[in-house]
Amino acid sequence: MATSNRNGEADAALLAAGIGCFAMGLLTLLSEVSESIGGMLGWSSAVGALSGKSTLSVIVWLVCWFLLHMAWRGRALDDAKIAKLSYVLIGLGFLGTFPPFWHIF
Amino acid sequence: MSMTSHEFWTVVHGLILGSIYLLAFAGGFAGLWSLRKEFVTEAGIVERMKRMYWGVWTMVVAVWLTVIVGTYVVYPWYRAPIPESPRSMLLANPSKSAWHSFGMEWKEHVAWLAPILATAVAYIVVRYGRELADKPQIRKAALVLFVLAFAAATVAGLFGAFINKAAPIV
Repeated sequence: MATSNRNGEADAALLAAGIGCFAMGLLTLLSEVSESIGGMLGWSSAVGALSGKSTLSVIVWLVCWFLLHMAWRGRALDDAKIAKLSYVLIGLGFLGTFPPFWHIF
Repeated sequence: MSMTSHEFWTVVHGLILGSIYLLAFAGGFAGLWSLRKEFVTEAGIVERMKRMYWGVWTMVVAVWLTVIVGTYVVYPWYRAPIPESPRSMLLANPSKSAWHSFGMEWKEHVAWLAPILATAVAYIVVRYGRELADKPQIRKAALVLFVLAFAAATVAGLFGAFINKAAPIV
């Protein structure tokens, strides 16, 4: 089968996922170190700040995915570099959700 | 064998949906890992793609339902501002408070990474299909995201099981 280096759609999905995970980690960290930010993210009284953190992260992910997809579809990009950037963002996302990390701030 | 509605939804969230996700992951990972010309023939690649499509989308649906049910159905009961809620009971006991301050706090946040990552993997599998056999870099990235999604779900699932043991939702 013919192969192509035009993997822009995959790169967009990868990087957007990284950005979404990073957003979740960042919002979690910010809401834990700042009561006012945590309060602003309490979109559901039953769920608390988790409602705002999760919903906003999903919105950020989907918007980024849409924009990156439109910009990169059909293009040949540096797949390895984009993948590595995604991994870093995902790693930071994991770190942001890790409670002991919050106590550093 | 009666069960309260709270117990029922806790089982749906953790045991049923969570298990479906983890099982679908195992099959999807194996399929994606072996999607290489050096491992399978062209006919073999075509044959396993249909299973992979079903597998990754089952995983995606299961993980989204898991986090949504967990966050919007079960979690409010967990954190209810009453002395009998699991959260209140854990925090009132110094020997168990870390189940909340570490376990639940990590679980409720890291879990949301799983559906984002799993959806990206499912998209890549469906978008490229058997072309992935010729795209090692993209396939490898999808595998990495697959494993990270599994890791996030595993942390959430394990802590959920232990926390429900320490302070059950009844």
